[in-house]
Amino acid sequence: MSGNHPGLSNNFSRSGEKFSWSKDNLKSIKNIISKYPKGREQSAVMPLLYLAQEQNHNWISIECIETIAETLSMPKIRVTEVASFYSMYNTRPVGENLVQICRTSPCWLRGSNKITNTICKETKCEINDTSEDNKFTVVEVECLGACSNGPMIQINNDFFEDLDEDSTKKIINNIKEGKPNIIGSQKGRRSSENA
Amino acid sequence: MSQNLINIKINQKEIQVDKNLTVMQACEIAGEEIPRFCYHDKLSIAGNCRMCLVEIEKAPKLVSSCTMPLMEGMSIITNSEKVNAGRKGVMEFLLINHPLDCPICDQGGECDLQDQAMYYGFDKSRYKENKRAVENKNMGPLVNTIMTRCIHCTRCVRFATEVAGVPELGMLGRGENAEITTYLEQSITSELSGNVIDLCPVGALTSKPYQFKARPWELKRTDSIDIFDSVGSNIRVDSRAEEILRVTPRTNEFINEEWISDKVRFNYDGYYQQRIDTPYIRKNQKLSNSSWEESLKILKNKLKSLKPLALIGEHVDLETGYSINKFMSNFGKDNVECRTDNQAILENLDSYRFNTPLNEIENSDLIILLGTNPKIETPIINHKIFKAYNNNSRIFNIGKDISFNYQTEYLGDKLSDLNSEKLIKALNRSTNPIIIIGSAFLNKIKNIKTLKSIFTFANKYKVISKDKNNLNFLNPYASRVGQLILGNTTKNLCEPFSKLKKNKFEIVLSFGSEHIASEQFDNCFRVYFGHHGDEGAMKSDIILPTPLYTEKNGIFVNIEGRPQEAKKCHNPIGSAKEEWSIVKKLSEELSFVFEPNTFDQLRSELLNNYPKLSIFQEILINDKTTPIISDIEFEECKTQYPINNFYMSDVISKNSVTMAKCVEEIISTPSLLEKSA
Repeated sequence: MSGNHPGLSNNFSRSGEKFSWSKDNLKSIKNIISKYPKGREQSAVMPLLYLAQEQNHNWISIECIETIAETLSMPKIRVTEVASFYSMYNTRPVGENLVQICRTSPCWLRGSNKITNTICKETKCEINDTSEDNKFTVVEVECLGACSNGPMIQINNDFFEDLDEDSTKKIINNIKEGKPNIIGSQKGRRSSENA
Repeated sequence: MSQNLINIKINQKEIQVDKNLTVMQACEIAGEEIPRFCYHDKLSIAGNCRMCLVEIEKAPKLVSSCTMPLMEGMSIITNSEKVNAGRKGVMEFLLINHPLDCPICDQGGECDLQDQAMYYGFDKSRYKENKRAVENKNMGPLVNTIMTRCIHCTRCVRFATEVAGVPELGMLGRGENAEITTYLEQSITSELSGNVIDLCPVGALTSKPYQFKARPWELKRTDSIDIFDSVGSNIRVDSRAEEILRVTPRTNEFINEEWISDKVRFNYDGYYQQRIDTPYIRKNQKLSNSSWEESLKILKNKLKSLKPLALIGEHVDLETGYSINKFMSNFGKDNVECRTDNQAILENLDSYRFNTPLNEIENSDLIILLGTNPKIETPIINHKIFKAYNNNSRIFNIGKDISFNYQTEYLGDKLSDLNSEKLIKALNRSTNPIIIIGSAFLNKIKNIKTLKSIFTFANKYKVISKDKNNLNFLNPYASRVGQLILGNTTKNLCEPFSKLKKNKFEIVLSFGSEHIASEQFDNCFRVYFGHHGDEGAMKSDIILPTPLYTEKNGIFVNIEGRPQEAKKCHNPIGSAKEEWSIVKKLSEELSFVFEPNTFDQLRSELLNNYPKLSIFQEILINDKTTPIISDIEFEECKTQYPINNFYMSDVISKNSVTMAKCVEEIISTPSLLEKSA
């Protein structure tokens, strides 16, 4: 174990590189801000944090916070408060693939422990740790809302459901080798229809 | 009036209160004390400590009284079993993670949590789990943090944002991981930051210099006045034996509300550094110890033959000023000067004081800052301007382009920028404009017509009207308004100090004024009456020790013209003697008349001659009309701000170790510089 969940830490760090919005993001920001009434631009802080995280390799650095504060002309501490409150904003660098394993009761009853062990073994990193090749960060999370398809994990933006040790191994290996994966149920189920 | 009143019941007693109040405020009026941690009169309502639970009839659950608005016919119960049980439950939750370190906690004895745990706490804990530990945060050289004690009331966060106007504090994380911190643990850059210490209901934020110094019940309380700026904040000086251990604010809704500046709160260690303890005389170019007899004898002989001038410093009380005036009148006229910074004035009271009552600044919709930086000159007035800004007031700045903790519109660096189109337009639309003109311009005015032009300008744009005068003159010195009322100044309206050399004085008596070191007195015999050895004392031929403001009684008139009394806290250091008694002694030696034998006699003579000053805490009434001239003409004058470093603005602060640390850690930190510039 090395420290806690990257989204639940109150300590922010600098990346050392300047952070400035990409052209596409500048366009989206304009669009996002226009959704809020005049004088309430600061309400856009959450979508902007999300955009910044996407652009900044899946984590929020101090540079990101300062850029957002400047964009929305709000105090930096206010942005920091929001970023530290929500666990889905990572406050330290994570690997290319953020593997979130659901460990809440339904998944746990269906064997999430085994999935956790498999993933740790395959990625060669412990919970809350990043693998040496920087490909994976493994974290345990509470319910991701796919209880009827447990056990399940989320890798970056994709859900992988109805897992067992073999299918998990395959998913991780495919990522390692750069091969595509089937997203969703690994047993061929459509959404959460009866098994 | 009656439309705003509603009938409610509190503990079955019927009462009529304003309908805009909260349940908690109504209970206060009814005399029911409600325990609380997060609620504070001067801050926004957070409702997160849950300690103020009360029962409201027909409501299913207990409600937090600080957030609950009143309704007609509401029946509130504050003393039932259910309420008591609810509050006990809240207290038990608060204490789960609060350490049991009261014996080593500086807040012990004056701690809200300690006091309320006496009523609502259990005698033992039901929790076996470890208490959570939180790392301490850096908040600068003034505020000590022991964050494990924090109960997350967020008073400090709200204070920094809403009162100090520096949104640098915040609460990171959530739930068990919640932590109060400054952004990246930088020092707080506010001049009012010390107030979070008083606000903190537990011992999480305490005073760094006062750490482990004393317990509250050992301290002797003395009511006094802040003399380090001209606002005259009400302070309470806590001392043990002959040493001041801390300074805290006293509430005065008309002046400082509940806040004081960091300078007066923390510079008290400077009271005891570099003190002049005995008389000194210059012999063979060197200052050496002397006795009162010897030094007064030399001074007496000098005064017999030489033409004297008296300079009055920035921390001089009315009694001292009065006795100097009385003494100097024996030598002729025009030989006392308190405007050592060349402040230009007209003869009437409203040309050198702050004419708007301080608690009405916030009602203004347009404020013009003319050559003043209230942020460092008078932080309390700056807070009032910040309040006005939050009420959507527009703020214009003329002078140096300074950054404030609110947005200003910069117009230029000349007085004539008052005529700029943008400002005139705004003035015509404004209903309650205020002009604040500061020392940066006042001290540089060479032609008195300029000052009259400002009055005329103010009349033209309704800053001055029949029932109000919003043209304000701001200088940062506590003694100035009072001394000017006593007439301790020469007849030159502009540049009084520079023009002194024309009169060819031969001996200069300085009562705490460092301006005695000025080149124009190089050929004079210099006598320094004061408490701190600095430039002024170094250059003098005789140095006589006098007490500090905490070592004698004295009246100060604040910038609004409000007389207030500072009381003696302990005996003077060394052989210091009060100025009036030195003056009396000299008068006797020179066979001048000086009737008062005691301080009380002196004060009653002063107040008999100036009966208006005898009503403490009342603003003096200006009875002369302002002169209006036909054409407005502003001269071009360069600006020179009187204070550039908030923490080092006078001899006492210059000798304070705490203030030196502030300069090092706040002003000299490059990343903080842009904010506090």
